[in-house]
Amino acid sequence: MSFLEYRVKFAPAGFQKVFYVNWGLYLLIIATAAIGWLMLYSIAGGNIDTWARPQMERFGLGMVLALIITFTPIWFWRSMSGAGYIATFILLLFVQFVGQIGMGAQRWLEIGGFRLQPSELMKVTLVMMLATYYDWLDDKKVSRPLWVLIPVLLIVVPTALVILQPNLGTSVMLLVAGAAVMFAAGVSLWYFIAVLAIVGGAVAGVFLARGTPWQFLHDYQYRRIDTFLDPSADPLGAGYNIMQAKIALGSGGWTGKGFMQGTQSRLNFLPEKHTDFIFTTLGEEFGFIGAISLLTLYGLILLFLIWAAIQNKDRFSSLLIVGIAANFFLYLAVNLAMVMGLAPVVGVPLPFLSYGGSATLVLLLAFGLVQSAIVHRLR
Amino acid sequence: MRRTQRDTDEASRRMTRRSLFMGGCMAATLAVLGARMRFLGVEESDQYRLLAEENRINIQLIPPARGLILDRNGKLIAGNEQNYRVVITKEGAGDVQAVLNRLSHLIPLTADDMARITRDIGRNSAFVPIPVADRLSWEDFSKVALNAPALPGVTPDVGLSRVYPRDTDFAHVVGYVGPVSEKDLSEIEDPDPVLHIPKFQIGKVGVERWMEDNLRGAAGNKKIEVNHVGRVMRELERSEGLAGADLRLTIDADIQNFIQARLGDESASCVVMDVNSGDIIAAVSSPSFDPNLFVRGISTANYSLLTENDHRPLANKVVQGVYPPGSTFKMVTALAALEAGAIDTETTVRCPGYLEFGDRRFHCWKSGGHGRVDLVQALAESCDVYFYDVAQRAGVGIDTISAMGQRLGLGQRHALPMSAISEGLMPTKAWKQERYKQDWRIGDTINASIGQGYVLASPLQLAVMASRLATGLMVEPHLVREVDGKPVDRPDPQPLGIDTSNLVVVREGMAEVVNSQEGTSYAARIVNEAMLMAGKSGTSQVRNISAAERETGVVGNADLPWNRRDHALFVAYAPQDAPRYAVAVVVEHGGGGSSVAAPIARDALLRAITGKLPDPADYPANQKARIESMLEGLKLRLPDGTLPADTRA
Repeated sequence: MSFLEYRVKFAPAGFQKVFYVNWGLYLLIIATAAIGWLMLYSIAGGNIDTWARPQMERFGLGMVLALIITFTPIWFWRSMSGAGYIATFILLLFVQFVGQIGMGAQRWLEIGGFRLQPSELMKVTLVMMLATYYDWLDDKKVSRPLWVLIPVLLIVVPTALVILQPNLGTSVMLLVAGAAVMFAAGVSLWYFIAVLAIVGGAVAGVFLARGTPWQFLHDYQYRRIDTFLDPSADPLGAGYNIMQAKIALGSGGWTGKGFMQGTQSRLNFLPEKHTDFIFTTLGEEFGFIGAISLLTLYGLILLFLIWAAIQNKDRFSSLLIVGIAANFFLYLAVNLAMVMGLAPVVGVPLPFLSYGGSATLVLLLAFGLVQSAIVHRLR
Repeated sequence: MRRTQRDTDEASRRMTRRSLFMGGCMAATLAVLGARMRFLGVEESDQYRLLAEENRINIQLIPPARGLILDRNGKLIAGNEQNYRVVITKEGAGDVQAVLNRLSHLIPLTADDMARITRDIGRNSAFVPIPVADRLSWEDFSKVALNAPALPGVTPDVGLSRVYPRDTDFAHVVGYVGPVSEKDLSEIEDPDPVLHIPKFQIGKVGVERWMEDNLRGAAGNKKIEVNHVGRVMRELERSEGLAGADLRLTIDADIQNFIQARLGDESASCVVMDVNSGDIIAAVSSPSFDPNLFVRGISTANYSLLTENDHRPLANKVVQGVYPPGSTFKMVTALAALEAGAIDTETTVRCPGYLEFGDRRFHCWKSGGHGRVDLVQALAESCDVYFYDVAQRAGVGIDTISAMGQRLGLGQRHALPMSAISEGLMPTKAWKQERYKQDWRIGDTINASIGQGYVLASPLQLAVMASRLATGLMVEPHLVREVDGKPVDRPDPQPLGIDTSNLVVVREGMAEVVNSQEGTSYAARIVNEAMLMAGKSGTSQVRNISAAERETGVVGNADLPWNRRDHALFVAYAPQDAPRYAVAVVVEHGGGGSSVAAPIARDALLRAITGKLPDPADYPANQKARIESMLEGLKLRLPDGTLPADTRA
């Protein structure tokens, strides 16, 4: 579709746009974030300044940006996707050289006192790039090998950089979210079946290569997987985090120990309790009911996203929303599976709850794009 | 590039299909996560709740206060003192070095202390209290407490520690406590958890050890909430322990002190017993040591001083030391012969100064001989030949003599809460056969008849013997009078089963020893008619007498090196007509029993009977001046148990 087509069809303009924003989706997001602020307040032992206030401020800033994006026409963002992808890619290259050392991995840029993780930004720009590509590509060519190779390269090259950082969680998310866009775009199922088979073989290869000089993963990454497979084998060492997380979740029971009554978090048994493991405190203090409520909120947000993707007749917008939905889903699914002891500890934050700037900001930008696609869709 | 409407519709429908499929996958995943949450939080919840509690709650034991040990009159022998300590935590101090420097102006801190503290702080978490100084004086402790605002992270702390106010007097009887060692733990079956408390003190020797179960008490506990690194957040529950039971011993601390002072630096021991009850009034082993050194952790240098001393201060000679009883054994031989009917009071033996047996000649201590003596004279003058003779008579022999020794309390382990109690030895024919694979020979019996050869006895056994001779009852020694305020149950002693007339003869002999002009210990007599003493001296050889010595007679003790001189022994009881106390004294390598041991026994008996310092009026007139100056020279304790200032080490 060209610019002209956007023009001739109806699209809201000016102040009118306010009525076309999916405010329900924003409300769900704010509700989710509010749960996060509550938990951060509790984990800090009733101190709002430790984590809750900075997180609220970040969220506020992110919301402002999201709203700006919301009211900017989606075709503008579409035209920006190529430049955005290339800029993010350059930043990714840049962190290899100027990036700050943190947690044994080079992951962020220090820009004016603000830490930016290009790999987080890449989650959005990659999806935008792929959506633009498939919007442009003739539907008949979608499954042709050469035309499949291009998006595969678009996905794999930045992913490879992220793996080098090394950041296993984000690499997996880039791959899967990219694949989700390709899948939605209509690439033949046989490609996916083939890739799954290859991945299966690769996983076997990774484990067979373990201990040899050319092993694929860092030792600590192998250990995380070991720990996942049998956390009880090393309850004081590598398995400590998962064991303590399960204790926190399990000891909450139906209704939890009560707000600010979680012993696991208050007494510091939980690792990373305000970031990646924040869900454990929710489970401990509000029990099964609290945890299921959060899952329901997430489910509703995903429902809104899928619905918005299907409803949108613009191919770019649909694919963008599908890609963002996939990313959002991967955040929460990987994080929750991890803290519940169903997946290795890979360091993926829980969307809108975990303390931290990059993920929150990137997610809000992404939801701004979703809203822009909703507001500016053809009617 | 244009697309047909149909193509676009088809692509759009496919995208809808595939989006819905992905949505389905997401929903399924969420369902799995929800189910997992249900499994953890609902089905397995109890297990995890328990684990969470285990995480957060620690149970700490509160050490119980150890029972006190008192003397028979309630004077404190072993107590607990407040141990004033100062501890420091890194997190509280911040700049540890600066705080320690300030602290060193208030309390003595050496460079070594500083190095140790800095090292310990480096090794532990920031909240762990590191001991800075132990056993501070109240003044130093107050100084630290007063200056607390200038000393961040420094906390004055009070604990309980064992203390022996009458230090050297009771080192052997009461023993001492020390921290539980790995060895201690391995020896105890199913050890009390309180023993795992770091630096918890248990009895190592003496009453402290053997009455440990009574003294220890039961630990209390407190439930505390801790965080992930073990820092105590708050106390949840507390149940106080049960303090250990107080013990009241039979010993009189003042008499004990008097005798300890009287023995001075001699390598000696002295037991005073109540002949009727068997209460041990004093059990003194000299030289002694300060048990407080062991509680505080004795230095290697001090410990070597104790172990390398040839007077063996660590040994409790009262029960541990065994000696040939020498002539103090003659009552046993006499009673064995009397009971066997081999002799009576009329029986006499002629003593030419020796007895020839086969080709061997057994000397009497008096080379000129005693002439013809009966039993009373033989005892009074300690004629050896008389006993050589009667021991060989029909119906007597070594087995009978040993049996009599056993009946009088020798050759057996008396059950007292003391360490290393020796059995002594009452030899028999069977014993020698088993031990040396040799037949018993008459010469052995001759030696045994005067308490030489194989015969061995401890001072405690000799005191028991004296008590039994004095009362004719099977008196057993006792050391503990009350446990936790309840008197210790002890049966009334049974009669010995020895003919009273025979006992009377022996007692008469013992009275003559001290009170007859011919008696060997006449110089050590008590002149107060109400407190006359009966006793028997002994001088036991610690070396083999060479053939040359046998020919020339015994070489004078003064010419020998200390450790080859004879042991001086004396057993006695008083008053002789209504006995109250028995005493046994052994002075190792002291020389003659009459001249060295008997005066000590006399002083001990007078001290016990009168209940105060002996009155010089009770001594023979010509000894008064000497006795007075001796009594004045004794370094006795003040009523509060401390030594006078000028004599304190």
